[in-house]
Amino acid sequence: MPDRKAILVLADGTTYEGTSFGYAGECSGEVVFNTGMTGYQEVLTDPSYRGQIVTMTYPEIGNTGINPEDVESNRPWVEGFIVREAWGPPSNWRHVESLDAYLRRYHVCGIAGLDTRALTRRLRDGGSQMAVLSATDLDPDRLARKARGLPSLVGRDLVKEVTSSHAVHWTTGDWDLEKGYLPAAAFRNKFGRVPRIVAIDFGIKQNILRMMVSHGFDVTVVPAGATAPEIMAHSPDGVFLSNGPGDPEGVPYAVATVRELLGKVPMFGICLGHQIMGLALGGKTFKLKFGHHGCNQPVKDLATGKVEITSQNHNFSVDPASLGAAARITHLNLNDGTVEGLSIPSMRCFSVQYHPEASPGPHDSRYLFTRFHRYLCGEEEL
Amino acid sequence: MPKRSDLKKIMLIGSGPIIIGQACEFDYSGTQACKALREEGYEVVLVNSNPATIMTDTDFADRTYIEPITPEIVGKIIERERPDALLPTIGGQTGLNIAISLHEMGILRKFGVELIGASFEAIMKAEDRNLFRKAMEKLGLTVPRSGYIRSLEEAIQVIPDIGYPAIIRPSFTLGGTGAGIAYNREEFEEGIRWALDASPKRTVLIEQSVIGWKEFELEVMRDLADNVVIVCSIENLDPMGVHTGDSITVAPAQTLTDKEYQIMRNAALRIIREIGVDTGGSNIQFAVHPETGEMVIIEMNPRVSRSSALASKATGFPIAKIAAKLAVGYTLDEIRNDITRETPASFEPTIDYVVTKIPRFTFEKFPQTEDLLGTQMKSVGEVMAIGRTFKESLQKAIRSLENGVYGFEEMILPSVPPNPAARRKTITGKLRKPNSMRLFYIGEAFRDGWTVEEIREATGIDPWFLENIRQIIAMEGEIRSSAEAFRKDAASDPAAFEPFLHRMKGNGFSDRRLAKLLGVAEDDVRRIRYAAGVRAVYKRVDTCGAEFEAHTPYLYSTYERENEAEPTGRKKVVILGGGPNRIGQGIEFDYCCVHGVFALREEGFETIMVNCNPETVSTDYDSSDRLYFEPLTKEDVLAIIEEEKPVGVIVQFGGQTPLKLAVPLEAEGVRILGTSPESIDRAEDRERFAEMLNLLGLSQPPNGIARSTPDAVAIAARIGYPVLLRPSYVLGGRAMEIVHDEEGLRRYLTEAVSASEAKPVLVDRFLEDAIEIDVDAISDGETVVVGGIMEHIEEAGVHSGDSACSLPPHSISGETIAEITRQTKALASELSVIGLMNVQFAIQRGRIFILEVNPRASRTIPFVSKAIGVPLAKLAAKVMAGRKLVDLGFTSEIVPNHVCVKEAVFPFIKFPDVDTLLGPEMKSTGEVMGIDSTFGTAFAKAQIAAGMVLPRSGKVFVSVRDEDKEGVLPAAEVLKRCGFSFVATLGTAAFLTAHGLPCDTVRKVNEGRPHVADLIRNGEIALVINTPLGAQSKADSYYIRRASLVYNIPYFTTLAAARAVSLAISALIADDLSVRSLQEYHGTARPTGR
Repeated sequence: MPDRKAILVLADGTTYEGTSFGYAGECSGEVVFNTGMTGYQEVLTDPSYRGQIVTMTYPEIGNTGINPEDVESNRPWVEGFIVREAWGPPSNWRHVESLDAYLRRYHVCGIAGLDTRALTRRLRDGGSQMAVLSATDLDPDRLARKARGLPSLVGRDLVKEVTSSHAVHWTTGDWDLEKGYLPAAAFRNKFGRVPRIVAIDFGIKQNILRMMVSHGFDVTVVPAGATAPEIMAHSPDGVFLSNGPGDPEGVPYAVATVRELLGKVPMFGICLGHQIMGLALGGKTFKLKFGHHGCNQPVKDLATGKVEITSQNHNFSVDPASLGAAARITHLNLNDGTVEGLSIPSMRCFSVQYHPEASPGPHDSRYLFTRFHRYLCGEEEL
Repeated sequence: MPKRSDLKKIMLIGSGPIIIGQACEFDYSGTQACKALREEGYEVVLVNSNPATIMTDTDFADRTYIEPITPEIVGKIIERERPDALLPTIGGQTGLNIAISLHEMGILRKFGVELIGASFEAIMKAEDRNLFRKAMEKLGLTVPRSGYIRSLEEAIQVIPDIGYPAIIRPSFTLGGTGAGIAYNREEFEEGIRWALDASPKRTVLIEQSVIGWKEFELEVMRDLADNVVIVCSIENLDPMGVHTGDSITVAPAQTLTDKEYQIMRNAALRIIREIGVDTGGSNIQFAVHPETGEMVIIEMNPRVSRSSALASKATGFPIAKIAAKLAVGYTLDEIRNDITRETPASFEPTIDYVVTKIPRFTFEKFPQTEDLLGTQMKSVGEVMAIGRTFKESLQKAIRSLENGVYGFEEMILPSVPPNPAARRKTITGKLRKPNSMRLFYIGEAFRDGWTVEEIREATGIDPWFLENIRQIIAMEGEIRSSAEAFRKDAASDPAAFEPFLHRMKGNGFSDRRLAKLLGVAEDDVRRIRYAAGVRAVYKRVDTCGAEFEAHTPYLYSTYERENEAEPTGRKKVVILGGGPNRIGQGIEFDYCCVHGVFALREEGFETIMVNCNPETVSTDYDSSDRLYFEPLTKEDVLAIIEEEKPVGVIVQFGGQTPLKLAVPLEAEGVRILGTSPESIDRAEDRERFAEMLNLLGLSQPPNGIARSTPDAVAIAARIGYPVLLRPSYVLGGRAMEIVHDEEGLRRYLTEAVSASEAKPVLVDRFLEDAIEIDVDAISDGETVVVGGIMEHIEEAGVHSGDSACSLPPHSISGETIAEITRQTKALASELSVIGLMNVQFAIQRGRIFILEVNPRASRTIPFVSKAIGVPLAKLAAKVMAGRKLVDLGFTSEIVPNHVCVKEAVFPFIKFPDVDTLLGPEMKSTGEVMGIDSTFGTAFAKAQIAAGMVLPRSGKVFVSVRDEDKEGVLPAAEVLKRCGFSFVATLGTAAFLTAHGLPCDTVRKVNEGRPHVADLIRNGEIALVINTPLGAQSKADSYYIRRASLVYNIPYFTTLAAARAVSLAISALIADDLSVRSLQEYHGTARPTGR
């Protein structure tokens, strides 16, 4: 079968030729690189990648195909997918579909066969860029113009594109090799108390919800636009602020809601949720040069001195200088010293920039769900 | 946490000689550990019996003991040095076992030595199968079902619980020797009987077989703060059932989803914590059922390992170096990542390429044993290759093997008639039973139209790997069908072939393989490729998938858009490494390469290393200024030279591999440093060599070059039998044989090697009862200095690599030594040697013959350097760079006051049915060195270091051929004075008794029972002296040698060795062995603490 050509053109005009896989169309977005060697299916379905074209630095992608379990939402969210080698016939006992067929089904454009390391170095040295990926228009100049005309992620509200439309009671727990996803009932009897939490869905990864259930919470998910009174109407023991795509400054309504909730109810935030909390506390966020996207970021817990290997996916970061004295920095990134965790005992809330739910990535940080549970049960201080 | 200040002096134990399963990876890890600890200001005391290691260079430790690694000897060193701590985890299984013994003997406690890295309890928990299983059960993890038995009846009781297929392992044998697999009751009973016999304590472990399951390994590191990271995941292409050392392995794991991988990662974290490895690296092996994902834990090594060396090279994360720093108290986040410089070591490397390791086998050396792979490791070396895709890295690894394969070469299936059913049957057999060539049979199967599923069914190999191979074979078909067009048009319009060439090169096809498939010359492929602009680019190994800038030029080639080589404008030299370890070319050559690098760096050159052996010090990115992890083929080396533009290339340090490239590289205009390829040819070409000896008035054994069988017969008749036969251009005595008559000669020429115009056979008169001498010398073109003269213990006829030798010589006269020195210098001058030269002499009845001259680094260079305290390889590199020996201060011979004995170490125990008799074909894998004040004690140390347990009393079995009977008397008399008694077969017994040596008699093996082999098995024999008596008796004495081997009874097959061992035993009895460091021997010792 003859390979269909595709090209990727960055806003600065750099052009990469490759072959098309998945859907042979055109897409655009900010190009970011992810350094994880496993977990491409989780990456594809992570709503935080809305607005972004993802390139995997590991070259062999698609080896294990696609299975019905390893999803973080019910569809892929990446705008486009860039790999060195898009593997054909998958090999894994759980697969049901190939990567190519899956992307075609969801009209996600892929490009393979290009020098993804050169692209990664370009993004590392020059910062993230907007780009157009096309299998239908192979004119680099036209695509470069298109790329330059794309709106930046800064200040944009991508959350509204990925959040759920109505409140849902979530009842699926952690995954087991033999039994698959376990129901909430499988975990309930392990816990004396099952605090009720409301999770605000800014583009939530399902594994956060599964972790919440298996760590002894009763979870209700509400849309990003839910107001403070709507949230409090569920009479939660705690509120969870989820991950999500883009710039926290693009969702002022969410910041306002969180500001209103501060001090009224204990809160735990992850990723975008952490940034929103930072803004609600009066802090500032800034855009990182190329973000953190991968499964090997070392984070130090300043209280214990221990290092966690964390899963990360974010482009913005909370500026520590902008935070008031009430906020304590609990975790730092050992690679670049950026803030990875905050705790505000007076407001009964804490947050982390990274992903303790992993999926993909190491499970080193799951203790945070336990911490939230124990905190809500009065067994642990912040 | 800061480093510990309560420790001042730390002892490290190396892994001893190179054996199958323990190769130069432990020199790599040990050298890193030495460097790391000294960097931190600790005093390092090192013990290792292997002189061919970099770590035993006196620069790497404060006190270097080249002494036998036994608990007794190490105990003496501890008593003398009083170290504060012992780091037992960098010396392989040897280091760990010694630490266990030292603890159990109370030596560590007596001298207050702390085990750092892993405690005694942790080591035992990981090493003792029962304790390990209990620990795993506690964690809720599964290990294969198993049970220990002491009789057939017990075995039959436990097998229903374990089930078939079952693995049968005799316990307490050396290195997992002789495990077997039983698929049914009959095989089981047979296996149990054999295993009970094979186990010195008659204990056998029966284990559930997980054959066919997917096999994975994780390299795990932990620090004192309980931070744990996974450095690398490795997936074996060969499923369970093939020892991981013999498996093709790939990093990272390819066929696990993140969820499945995290199950394994979580298990690894819990295991290292439960076992209690406080600091450092461990390797954990897992098996995963291919259809259910069920996971079992196979084993854990609480130390650095072969896999950790591979993982270090595969990721750029130096496990051993970091393990050493963790052992003294640092935490991972306090250690900097050398490559990125700005990020800490507390992270998990991510890679953006695929790494493939392929083991290197030498079944051709042991024709009596079948080429079959199982749970017993048999490979002697390995290669690693890096590519952007699996296909590229696999094909690069294949051509790195230096086995004459440059891709998926077609297999010759000789015994098969051109009949598809028979062919299919042969291929099926080759796929079902793992063997060293299985990869290539898979290629054949795809050519025959087998499906991925059919091959998976036969091999158990994951379809992902198979589909990749299928695609390679399919591309070969495409290349073949483009051949005609390529031959017609490519030269005139190369650009038209750019997409084709780029795609094929990107999938790892070598020029040589392309040439074969296209029907053109290799050089044409390269020329056309260059004309089309298809050239290799270089990418960096950076631990982080390009997230951070790499400051260390650790490079691999690929066919992509961006080139990151960024060569400097400095004055630079390329040093070519030795490639995979094999018998005949091992760590000694890596030692020389690394010295070359050090020396040239001192001379102000930028040093560029090229090698593909992941076990070595040379492929540590820390060793050279720039490292290219690449195959050592003309294509790959030339591309690097074109990229770097060095002032020259050094080929004489890496053994035959780079030497073979000298002429082809020079033909491409590359400057070869040191002795010219012309001189090398003059020494290698037999006719030109003979002319030169004539010119110099030197003698060689009568010889001739046979280009046909009648030729050979005529030459042999002229020069007289016995004759030594060998193909030209060989290393390690490959296919070398001594024949005693025409019948033997004809058999050799039909079965082993055929003589032809292109590949002549060399026929030399074999010198009987001659003493062989090895000489290493160095020359700068003006001054020649003999580095060392070594007298072989075994007579000429035993390959020099297999023979024990003594420096200085122990029996030849000063006059002869002077004459040998004169001849060596004459040869070096005549050949205009610049660098090193090795000459082999034979002395027969006072006459000196020259056997061979090699104008390059020899296997004995490290031994000689350590014996005389002069780094010959380093001096040679400086000489090649233009320095003079006068300026370097080395102008006269050094004759040490001490005696150094080198002894070879053999892999026979790993190969069932192989005779242990030595001959002209090299069979040893490694060597040890014994140093002491007398020949007897030095020889004794060498024997002990080689694993012999020399008896101090007991019964000696003597069986020698008639002409040796007189000759055995001196040895027997010494042994009698030492209190030994004798037993012999009828003839020898009568002879000994008649000469005043009372002797019991015993039956020969073919005379009924009990016979001599029974006595050996019953432990009644302490020592065996047995010289073989011609072809027929060889078979009889074979059983004696094999039984001695299995029961680890010292046996000697030459009179010279018997004499030497008698002296060694008497020295042992007279005087307990003392220990002394190299620094003290060479007078360079600085005072140390305490």
